Amino acid sequence: MQQSNTYIITFSVILTVILGLLLSGTSQVLGPMQKEAIALDNKKQILGALISGDEIAAMSPKEVNAYYESRVSTVVVDINGKEVTEQDGVAVTAETVDVAKNYKKPKEERLFPVYIYHAEGNPDDVANYVLPLYGAGLWNAIWGYIALDTDMNTVGGITLAHAGETPGLGARITDSEVQSRYVGKTIYDESGKLVAVEMQKGEGIDYSNSPHKVDGMSGATITGKGVNNMLYNYLNYYQAYIESKKSSTAVAAL
Amino acid sequence: MSAETVEKAIVTKSAEALLSKRRKKLISDPLVDDNPVTIQVLGICSALAVTTQMKPTLVMAIAVIFVVVMSNFVISLMRNTVPGRVRIIVQLAVVATLVTLVNEVLKAFAYDMYKELSVFVGLIITNCIVMGRLEAFAMGNKPYDSVLDGFGSALGYSWIILAVAFFRELLGSGAVFGVPVYDYISSLFGPDFTLATNGLMVSPVGAFMILGIIIWVQRTKTGYVEH
Repeated sequence: MQQSNTYIITFSVILTVILGLLLSGTSQVLGPMQKEAIALDNKKQILGALISGDEIAAMSPKEVNAYYESRVSTVVVDINGKEVTEQDGVAVTAETVDVAKNYKKPKEERLFPVYIYHAEGNPDDVANYVLPLYGAGLWNAIWGYIALDTDMNTVGGITLAHAGETPGLGARITDSEVQSRYVGKTIYDESGKLVAVEMQKGEGIDYSNSPHKVDGMSGATITGKGVNNMLYNYLNYYQAYIESKKSSTAVAAL
Repeated sequence: MSAETVEKAIVTKSAEALLSKRRKKLISDPLVDDNPVTIQVLGICSALAVTTQMKPTLVMAIAVIFVVVMSNFVISLMRNTVPGRVRIIVQLAVVATLVTLVNEVLKAFAYDMYKELSVFVGLIITNCIVMGRLEAFAMGNKPYDSVLDGFGSALGYSWIILAVAFFRELLGSGAVFGVPVYDYISSLFGPDFTLATNGLMVSPVGAFMILGIIIWVQRTKTGYVEH
């Protein structure tokens, strides 16, 4: 009964159409809310490089947005550290720059957003510069944000996130304990060369006297290497911008 | 209905009570005597993966209950029109759609949870409990009975993973639902006293051990022996 090929094909087609409509409908309805959720999550990650995770967790979405509005201003720069306000006739803001998409372009064409953390309501009183990071871990993409102090050398904080690192091993880059290892490290060596901060192989070694090394994650050496490459690459891309800020603060200090 | 369908429809009287003894059994049987995790040993993968903390486990449990109940209901409604030769694909399509719905809703309303559960919500599709109930029950029974059956099975799965998560979070992170229980207990014994957490419980190995102990205790009590 009901087993003819025509019946089976008709049944399959109808089912496919119904389920397809259902899914695309849901995606349409929920799309704006998902975008909002992703934007909020992004802001939380940026703030995560600056203030503690517990503090962010205690804030409602509205408070996060308000805090971000009042404390963070943004610029977009190119590889030469020059500010970019529009590209191909379209206005460019840090919120519209997709770091993951830019990652696929040659670095000369990429746009690099900078998030400037300043005192409340006073964009000139800068506390930190937050730069996005993006790279490859062991299994999938990893990304994050690094906050530099105004000397453009000392790491004020870092947030790291991943798409599919191994739970308990590489996924530990999201642990606040692992991220706190970066705080206070410096990215330039004594001769003024950019060396970034390198996560070492092995775990449990005290690197508090080495300004460019942090303790590694046992069993996650490849993820650690991914983080190292990501940090080095992105600090390099921003080097022109970093240098320009460095010289301007040096002048201000004189 | 297809010739291959596994179980014969249970004959019911038209005026059967909404929660008759037989229907109550549909829900209560999978809780202990025929538990999908501890007796049928299904859905172990997700039971190991998501149970490091209570909160994501609860969300996972709710997601599984939703998917099992809804897919049982939908498949049961269609059971007389589904062509036998493609019934597995039809079941899979329905389950996959429901799982995607759950995933989309989580992404929109609970993004942090969506990130935490990540692939495991998607993997509900491969949870043997879902397909198992569809094949074994929903293809041969009326919608209301199928809903009860799905609810019972999902509940049986849920309480086991919640129990595993309770012990794993308590012993591994010293907390229950994120409340730092160990800190409170430690503070009772003076400032120098701290209860140590067990890192093994955070890794999947811990889930194996807890699950094994639960199965052991349960089978000692019920006297169930595998044939």
